[in-house]
Amino acid sequence: MLLQLLFDSKTVREPIISRVAIKTGVPINILRADVGARKGEIIVEIPDEKSKEIERLFNEMGVEVHEVTRTIARNDNCVHCGLCVSICPTEVFRLNEEMKVEIRTEKCIHCSACIKVCPTMALYFPI
Amino acid sequence: MKTIEQINEKIREGSVCVVTAKEMKDIVSELGPEKAAKEVDVVTTGTFGAMCSTGVFINFGHSDPPIKFRRAWLNDVEVYTGLAAVDAFLGATKPSETRENYGGAHVIEELVFGREVELRAIGFGTDCYPRKEIETAVSLEDVNQAVMVNPRNAYQRYRAATNSSDKVLRTYMGTLLPNYGNVTFAGTGEISPLNNDPEFRTIGVGTRIFLCGAKGYIIGEGTQHSPPFGTLMVKGNLKDMKAEFLKACYFPGYAPSIFLGIGIPIPILDAEIAKSTAIRDWEIKTTIIDFGVPRRDRPVVREVTYAELKSGKVEINREEVRVSPLSSFYMAEKVMKELKRMIEKGEFLLSLPVERLKGKELFKPMKQKEIRIVREFMTKAITIREDSRIEDAAMLMINKNVNHLPVVDDEGILKGIVTSWDIAKAVTKGAKTVKEVMTREVITVFPEEPIAIAISKLEKYDISALPVIDSKKRVLGIVTSETISKMLGV
Ligand code: SF4
Ligand code: SF4
Repeated sequence: MLLQLLFDSKTVREPIISRVAIKTGVPINILRADVGARKGEIIVEIPDEKSKEIERLFNEMGVEVHEVTRTIARNDNCVHCGLCVSICPTEVFRLNEEMKVEIRTEKCIHCSACIKVCPTMALYFPI
Repeated sequence: MKTIEQINEKIREGSVCVVTAKEMKDIVSELGPEKAAKEVDVVTTGTFGAMCSTGVFINFGHSDPPIKFRRAWLNDVEVYTGLAAVDAFLGATKPSETRENYGGAHVIEELVFGREVELRAIGFGTDCYPRKEIETAVSLEDVNQAVMVNPRNAYQRYRAATNSSDKVLRTYMGTLLPNYGNVTFAGTGEISPLNNDPEFRTIGVGTRIFLCGAKGYIIGEGTQHSPPFGTLMVKGNLKDMKAEFLKACYFPGYAPSIFLGIGIPIPILDAEIAKSTAIRDWEIKTTIIDFGVPRRDRPVVREVTYAELKSGKVEINREEVRVSPLSSFYMAEKVMKELKRMIEKGEFLLSLPVERLKGKELFKPMKQKEIRIVREFMTKAITIREDSRIEDAAMLMINKNVNHLPVVDDEGILKGIVTSWDIAKAVTKGAKTVKEVMTREVITVFPEEPIAIAISKLEKYDISALPVIDSKKRVLGIVTSETISKMLGV
């Protein structure tokens, strides 16, 4: 599973990921790191069965933890052209009353078809 | 009967009655055209779609020492410089030379956002313009003029697209899934400007319009204008445009393009015009054409109305196919409402066209030398089965004097190809059946494709024959480089 770790100005200076890895003996795979002097955001991948324990440890060490669910996301480049509507195999996209393109993320099977098709590059997997 | 002057008077007084094209449909069906014409003064129409024929004339001002551009680039997108010294035309679909998925459209968008773009140019180095090169950064504020001039925008209606072939096609109509996997269509139908004034009674040269948030003008009929597939040539000041009503985009496998919001106010001068603004999607017809056939005259799959297209599903060969619009109805509505607001607030006056657009015009195809198609060059294909023995294949080649045998199944569907070279290899390898040595990824052509396409495939893959197949992959014949060169006398 993927976790988003948010560090504040204090925790960002400490080797917290290593500590958690040593303590649990679980290898933690860093997928993306965006770390500055005052705060940081790191996305890690961990084994599902250890998630509870790892989450608790990060919390204890002052790190905010969120689970990343890799469903499709959209930024405000979207102009509601509707091109993605007929591309998605599971009909995640739908034009609503207002003719806005609605997303029902729970149906997404992560096939990426829509990402390659969207002309404004509005679609992505948040990591 | 009203005049545009009277309507403008009402706009100045703040007593004008403006409705959007969407609202007008119900008003006319409720009141009838006569009464609707009395009540309503202006109907705002709108469209918001990718419009490739878009660009901006920019004058950069003179450098010191001065330069006359020989070639110039904005963020590595080349601009057209065959004009005066520091004038250039930035076209929306021109791709960047260094950045992927980026082009002229994106430069236009960055300028409207107020960002700086990098100008790089090389000069001729003349006596009056001695400078040979320049590199600088400019924003919209720094340039003298930035005028959007678009040779073809606001298509009245457009042909919808589908794909019968077995490959995914990436086109200016978006991605088309194989085997009629989807349909895409452009245009906003009953709210689109030209559909609301099909006789061009009020929309003409000089009509003031809403162009991406700025006041723009129609400067003539657009290129390829051919009512009921009418188009407009428009201009507007880029410096007044709003980022909300313009969006750079990129059609994968095709080119950059740009979504533009265009709104046109229609003055309701009489009942006749009121009636024309009552047009409904089910009255607006277009055709679905097959992009699976790579020709100019693509086959028509069926006729269809905008109402059917907008419903999200159409039937093709008795199967339901999902439909995607390419124009944004949501944004088109925003355009209509914004234009309505501007008129109500007295910020936007209507103008009288100084000349009417042509009602009838034929859209001619490009003048080309006679096109010859694959069918003319096709000869009978000698085919063989996968489980045939190598000896039989060899015998067949000798008896029929051919070097290529397409491999087919019982239905005649292409499975592979063997060449005399494969047979030679089979002998050294000790292979027994055709199946073991045939090539499975066969390069093929369709009978209606121009022969030039077959020739370029032969050259590209360095092969000497192409099986000719139909959309079901059935083998119809074969074209060989030998026949082609004999027939073309080269
Ligand atoms: S294709 Fe992209 S721009 Fe068009 S509606 Fe879908 S997400 Fe929005
Ligand atoms: S990733 Fe695939 S399943 Fe998910 S929304 Fe895009 S097209 Fe649909």
